[in-house]
Amino acid sequence: MPAHNLPTNSGAKPTLAVFKFSSCDGCQLQLLNLEDELLTLVGAVEIAYFLEARRRVLPPPYDIGLVEGSISTPEEERRIRQVRRDCRYLVSIGACATSGGIQALRNWADVDEFIRCVYPSPEYIKSLETATPIAAHVFVDFELRGCPVNAEQLVELLSALLLGRKPNIPTHSVCIECKRRGYPCVLVTKGEPCLGPITQAGCGALCPRCERACYGCFGPMEQPNIRSLANQLKNEQGRTNREVKLALRQFNGYMEPFKQAGDYYERLEQKET
Amino acid sequence: MSDSNKKKPETRTIRVQALTRVEGEGALHVTMRDGRPEEVRLEIYEPPRFYEAFLRGRDFREAPDITARICGICPVAYQMSSCHALEKALGVFDDVDQSIRTLRTLLYCGEWIESHVLHMFMLHLPDFLDYESVISMAEDHGPMVKRALRIKKAGNSIVAALGGRSVHPVGVCVGGFYKALDPSVAHDMLPEINQCLDDMCELALFLADNVEFPNLECDYEFVALQADDEYAMNLGRIVSSKGMNIRTEEFLEVIEERQVPHSTAMHALIRGRGSYMVGPLSRVNLNHASLHPRAAELLLQLCGIIGQDLPWGNSYLSLLARAVEVVHSLGRASDILAGYERPARSRIPIPVRAGESAHATEAPRGILWQRFKTNDDGSVAEARIIPPTSQNQSTIEEDLARVAEQVATLSDEEASLRCEHVIRNYDPCISCSVHFLRFSRSWRGDPRPTSDAELAT
Repeated sequence: MPAHNLPTNSGAKPTLAVFKFSSCDGCQLQLLNLEDELLTLVGAVEIAYFLEARRRVLPPPYDIGLVEGSISTPEEERRIRQVRRDCRYLVSIGACATSGGIQALRNWADVDEFIRCVYPSPEYIKSLETATPIAAHVFVDFELRGCPVNAEQLVELLSALLLGRKPNIPTHSVCIECKRRGYPCVLVTKGEPCLGPITQAGCGALCPRCERACYGCFGPMEQPNIRSLANQLKNEQGRTNREVKLALRQFNGYMEPFKQAGDYYERLEQKET
Repeated sequence: MSDSNKKKPETRTIRVQALTRVEGEGALHVTMRDGRPEEVRLEIYEPPRFYEAFLRGRDFREAPDITARICGICPVAYQMSSCHALEKALGVFDDVDQSIRTLRTLLYCGEWIESHVLHMFMLHLPDFLDYESVISMAEDHGPMVKRALRIKKAGNSIVAALGGRSVHPVGVCVGGFYKALDPSVAHDMLPEINQCLDDMCELALFLADNVEFPNLECDYEFVALQADDEYAMNLGRIVSSKGMNIRTEEFLEVIEERQVPHSTAMHALIRGRGSYMVGPLSRVNLNHASLHPRAAELLLQLCGIIGQDLPWGNSYLSLLARAVEVVHSLGRASDILAGYERPARSRIPIPVRAGESAHATEAPRGILWQRFKTNDDGSVAEARIIPPTSQNQSTIEEDLARVAEQVATLSDEEASLRCEHVIRNYDPCISCSVHFLRFSRSWRGDPRPTSDAELAT
């Protein structure tokens, strides 16, 4: 891997920084899960800031910053702005960083009630009312989807950044991946509420491979036809507006157009009752 | 990387860089008075994500996929505790086929392998061998790191074979698996698992021979799941080295959770007794009689090399306890894969009904307890989750108090390293509970010992 195509300020190896916000650590773990490529990667970039992996911290600026997690506390709101200033290329990785993640379910709820539900002494807890994606706070150069991100896509992203080209990350649906691999259609043949038709590819159609419905962990594809899928779920499978809403409000529920569609089916649900 | 605040000579706060090589981030504050630690606070600022709150109203079938997202390092543990607790609540716990239980054990073996090897070689061992990270360690110990990475990959491949991927696998459902493991996949994996089993035994002996374990002997109360017929992962009673013996449903009758101002993680304590330890050291001490023969043999050799019989009452020895458990998991996985046949069904049918129950399984870091209450329509009415790191937190603080005393005369950098090492003994999964860890010491009552680090900054 030519390491020096990413023009660096100093002419040395490009520096890589990995930052964590509100998240599960799973996306940065995907870096450490590159067992075969890890030592090559370490040879190609200077790992300058990666608290989960190393104690040594080099001072900013960094050439590439990978950000995991959503912004959900006042401290994180401040810190992400500093991270943006410290990085030449900033890439948000994973559902939390690109959509707010599963914890963004609080965005439709009363956070004070949530705090009282979980903590006996709510006064100790500092939390924003919403969990939001990185791009809601600072400019990001690229977003890599997935809960978690796919390790091969992570390698493709880093290679592209180092070579100074556009990452080859498809924006079509999981259905395309699924058909290419020849899996039987979960939506049609099994009558399961598969989100494959509206979800971005990248996982390798994992859920259909495991004979279950896709639950949308890579977020919406480019221009999904959500209404068409929802009609299929309601008319062919007899599912309710509430079920359609819950299907859309999962790990990427706060990302448009899943968010708008989830809100729409919630209004239909409320009209019924 | 340290900066000193020298405003008052008698009271001093020293901050050292964030604690690293743990899964997540947190802060440590030690207050010293007359050379003795007056207060130790492991500060946990994990941004609250409110899982127990937003699980309410979700369908019970979604619960294993949602709770998995609490931790990317041990998603299988969250899925397993959720599935068993919900199967109890829905009244089908005893109906689960033995073949499904066996596949669950195999899945858990995969997670123990990948999580333990990640922690041992990439996060913990650099402390013992005096490197700042595995990246620097690999420059001198490249072959060892490559062998460890290969074993870690084998663990991940087990999880991926059953769940599609190793982080947040998608194959698990309440009642079993969406699809049974393909026997040809099982067959193909076997040679690599067997190779890793031999490799891991050698690596474990290398560690025992070459690593010096500081002495931090202590009278811990070890707590772990215990089963009659196996080294407990998914099933068993909760027992302790000081006489606790309860069903998993009775957990909250014995354990209480306290919230402290300095942490968003709650502290779990045994009612009337206080702190306790969960995790690999507890399991090896309590359940060693049920280890896989290869692991039992290794354990004997390790005891001989370090000159210490069980029980091991030194948290530094958790490194070797993890090694024993990796060998156990590889041995179990090998046996299961070798005897594997496609089961009659991959999952049992689940009735939708109102119910309530609790269950605990052994996450790589220790007991992970969950309770679920469901409504008539199968939606979750209530959820409660107690992860292992919040159970170990009081014990970590007590260990730190002892170490803080030992390191009172050391420089801040040295003292910080020693404290971080103790925290890493517990492999705290900080995403389950923690956020940003800074080390600081305050000195009260007497001038703090002069150190090189202070003069340097």
